[in-house]
Parts: sequence; structure tokens; C-alpha cells
Amino acid sequence: MNDPHLTTTAELIALNDLEALRRLPNLDRTPFEARTLKSGILTALTWIAALLASVPLLSVIYMLVVEGGSRLDWEALTALPPSAFEQGGGFGNAIIGTLVMVGLATLISVPIGLFAAVYLAILDPDSRLAHSVRFLSKTLTGFPSILAGVFIYAALVVSMKTYSALAGGVALAVLMLPTVVLAAEQAMMMVPKKMKDAAFGMGCTRAQVIWKVVLPTGAPGILTGVMLAIAGAAGNSAPLLFTALFSSYYLTSLTEPTASLAILIFNFSGMPYENQIELAWAASLVLVMVILLFNILARIIGRRKY
Amino acid sequence: MNATPKTTVAGAVPAAPAGAVVMNCQIDKVFYGDFLAVRASTVPIEKNKITGFIGPSGCGKSTVLRSLNRMNDLIPIFRFEGKVTYHGQDIYDKKVDPVVVRRYIGMVFQQPNPFAMSIYDNVAFGLRLNGFKGDLDERVEKALKGAACWNEVKDKLKNSGLSLSGGQQQRLCIARAIATEPDVLLMDEPCSALDPIATRRVEELMLELKEKYTIALVTHNMQQATRVADTTAFFGVDISQGSRTGYLVEMGPTRQIFEDPQQQLTGEYVRGEFS
Repeated sequence: MNDPHLTTTAELIALNDLEALRRLPNLDRTPFEARTLKSGILTALTWIAALLASVPLLSVIYMLVVEGGSRLDWEALTALPPSAFEQGGGFGNAIIGTLVMVGLATLISVPIGLFAAVYLAILDPDSRLAHSVRFLSKTLTGFPSILAGVFIYAALVVSMKTYSALAGGVALAVLMLPTVVLAAEQAMMMVPKKMKDAAFGMGCTRAQVIWKVVLPTGAPGILTGVMLAIAGAAGNSAPLLFTALFSSYYLTSLTEPTASLAILIFNFSGMPYENQIELAWAASLVLVMVILLFNILARIIGRRKY
Repeated sequence: MNATPKTTVAGAVPAAPAGAVVMNCQIDKVFYGDFLAVRASTVPIEKNKITGFIGPSGCGKSTVLRSLNRMNDLIPIFRFEGKVTYHGQDIYDKKVDPVVVRRYIGMVFQQPNPFAMSIYDNVAFGLRLNGFKGDLDERVEKALKGAACWNEVKDKLKNSGLSLSGGQQQRLCIARAIATEPDVLLMDEPCSALDPIATRRVEELMLELKEKYTIALVTHNMQQATRVADTTAFFGVDISQGSRTGYLVEMGPTRQIFEDPQQQLTGEYVRGEFS
């Protein structure tokens, strides 16, 4: 034991020194010891949980492809919705309506959201106004979307005396705004202070620091947030119920009732007609693909260039 | 220009610069809120020389350096009393725009801080900012050569500035700073995040750069000051008032500061008796 000369296992075996062999540290794996087992079981559990988390999405997509795929043809994508006993038809106007209203909502919420985020992240992050806005935005992200619809109904539909694409777009913008603000603020906060210092040190004004360094550096994160907000808005039906309502015709003006995919699915899925139910499935598939497309775009754009 | 500053602190040894003084920093008091960070100190910066600032932690050497291009103005509670003359003009005068000051007095920071853009765009940044109309490619190449990193990056100018190693990033930052050909370069411990080989290269670079530029260098490393600085300013910390206030103890030719200091405190510091 006190021998300063360390003998290798092979030497000890050759010497047949069993006593010394027993004293050697045991470094073998012990798969059935309690702590090894516990670790293995816990690892397996995380695997199972991860698989379970993907089951709902995958089964929804499977259902949609099976049920909606058969009706997904050119007519469905371009024709107008059928009336009660009519055969055929489609939801072209609803696709246009959804794209127009989501586009409108993006045009409203992105500029406001970006400016608000600049204020929150850079200009005055610790002011009372900033703290309040941050708190309200976080609250608003969990806001029941139907209330946004009711709010815009009271604010716009009543005064304009008509349901409209405009009101629908504003309602969606209300829902998108907090997501855009918080994502953009987060992305701008992630820009390292040393980069801003470098820009100031080069002789940039505060506006130039924001415009030339903070926004380009934070752009991937900001775009990801915007894309996710768009995807969320595209699938939302509740805020449109009281604002855009529905229409069986193509959009001709922003101030008339407008069709959307979400409302079409809501209406048609509850009807007792086979044709309408099939179209609701196909419209659902289109909507999911649009949202998926935006999510994929968000990931591609979100990839850091530098 | 005030080439022979008067003694403002009892016992402090002011510099007696021999050459032309580009900047003369005459601090009366510098505050962060109520905290007196630096008291009366006069630091002339000579043309085409490297002026090293040394001293223990908290002695205000970085504060003084950052006062020279008004970088400290970005800290809301910072307050400067005194003046910094640059070609005879007080840069703390009300009519002076700090943004413009920083275009003439460039800065290299402790941590390499390239922008998240290509190597080329990093160097071209200041030129574009100033609305440069000439041959951008030529100026970028010249700046990168000036910062001794052209050979390493010439084939990957489109790559991210952040893809370079720490030492290369710091030389890229130097290239970015000299691309606009500023008058004075302020370097705030530019090698503290670099390994010894990269440090050596940046030091060699500083010696080349002083042919064209005037450099003020804060360093925590006394050997670095002896290797590169022509003039050295030693700052101390006064804790007698219950606070920690930095002040200039002694300034003079580097050789004199290290071999024949006039102040006892300077001698103790350069012999490594405290840090």
C-alpha cells in the first residue's frame, strides 16, 4: 500500500499478487447500480415526452392531408364558396381576404412595434413608460383574441357602420403588436453593448447607431418575431368574427365585409352538407400550409448571416 | 495650445513635453454622480508619440482616456469639469458636437468589437458614415494593410468580422479606426483580451502607427508601457478622503518614470510593490 512504485494490473497478475489486485480502483461500468439506472430511466422519460409533444401537430397534419388533400384542386383554390345545396366551389376569396387582412395588420403593427421596441430597448429602457409598456405587452400576448374583435367592433365597425377588411386588419394588428414589440425588443437587447460603443466611438449619432448597427444586427431576431406574429394572426378566427365577418364574393374594397380562411372553416365545418365540410378540410390544409410556410421562412431568414 | 501646463496638484510632477501637443487634457474634477472619480490632473498628448497611462485599478486612467473623445458622455451621470483642448479648441465647449469630436479622435476598445457584418463593411463603416466619395476598395485595403492584417483577410473580405480570432478582430478594429484617418487614436487596454503573440503584433503595430497618428494608450501592463510608450503618465488613487479618487501622480518620458521616478509612489508602483 505504501509502496511508492505503482505497479500496473498486468504486472500484478504476473506476480499473482491478489491482495494488491483487490486494492486497485474499480473503474468498470456498472449499468445496474441504482444511480446509473435512475439516470437511464430519466433520460428515456425525456425522450418519450419529446415524442409526445410532437404527436398533436403530426396527427393534425396527417388528418388534414388525408381529409383535405382530396379536395385540394385548382377549383377549390380559386372558385367562390358554394351556397347550401350547390356542388363544387372553393374558397379563393377567403385566401385573398386572409392575405389582405394579414398584410394590413403587418403594415400597421410592424412599424409601430419596431419604434416601440427601439424606445424600450435603447432609448429609455428603465423609464416608467418603458416598464409599463413592457408589462402591458406581456399581458396582451395572453389576451383573449375574441376581445380584440369586440374592441375593434366597438371602435371601428360601429362608427363605420359596416364590417370591413380594414376593421379585420386592425383587430389582427392589435393581436400582432405585443409579439412584434417583445420579439424586436429582445433582439435589440441582444446586440452587445460593445458593438454600440464601437459605433458611438466611430462618431455615429444615436439614430445612426440604431439604424446602422442595432437594427441590422438584430434583424434576424426581429424578422423571426414578425413572421411568428404573422403566422399567429393568419390562423386566428375570433377577432374577425365581429370585424370582417364574411363574404361570398371576392374583395373589391377594404370597407366591405370580407371572407377569410379561418371564418370559412368555422362556418363550413358546422354545416350539414358534405360538400361544405370537405371544403372546410381543404381550407384548413391550406391555412396550415400557409402558417407552416411563414414558420419556415422565419427560420430561414432568422439564420444569422454574419 | 498650452504646451507647458502649470502644476495643479501639490507634489505632482507635470510633464514638460518637448514636441507639439495635439491634445491637452486639463481636468479639474470628474464625477460619476456624487462620486469624485478624478481630481485635478493635466495630461498633454504629444503629436506622433505614444502616451501611456498606467496605474492601479480605479485610478481613473480609463476615465481620463474616455474623456478625450467624450465617450463618457454616454454615461448619463458623468460630469466633467475642466477642459480638453484639441488644436486649441475646448472639446467640452457647449458649441462642440461630441459626435464630430469622435470622428477626429478614434478609439480602440478593451474587447475586440467588430460589427456583425463583413470584414470589408467593418472597415468601410466609418468611410461610408462620413460620406466618403473616393475609391472605397483602395481605402479599405490601405487601412487593413496599415493594421497589419491585409494578408490574413484579403481572400475573405466578404466573411464575417466575427469569424476572425481575437487578435485578428482587434487588428480589424484598429483598421476600422484608422480607415477614416483620424488625428488621434485612443486605445483602452487594447491587448488585455489577447494572447501574448497577438499582443506582440498589436504592440508592433502601435509603433508603426505612431508615425502617422498620435496615440494615447491605457495599459494595465507596465512592461507594455516600457515597450511602446514614449511618455508615461502614472495615476494613483487617493483614499484619504474615505473615497477613491484618481489623480495624476507623475508624467514624463517613459524611461524616466521607470528608472528615475521623481515621486516615491511612482517608484513603489513601477517596482511592483503594489498594484
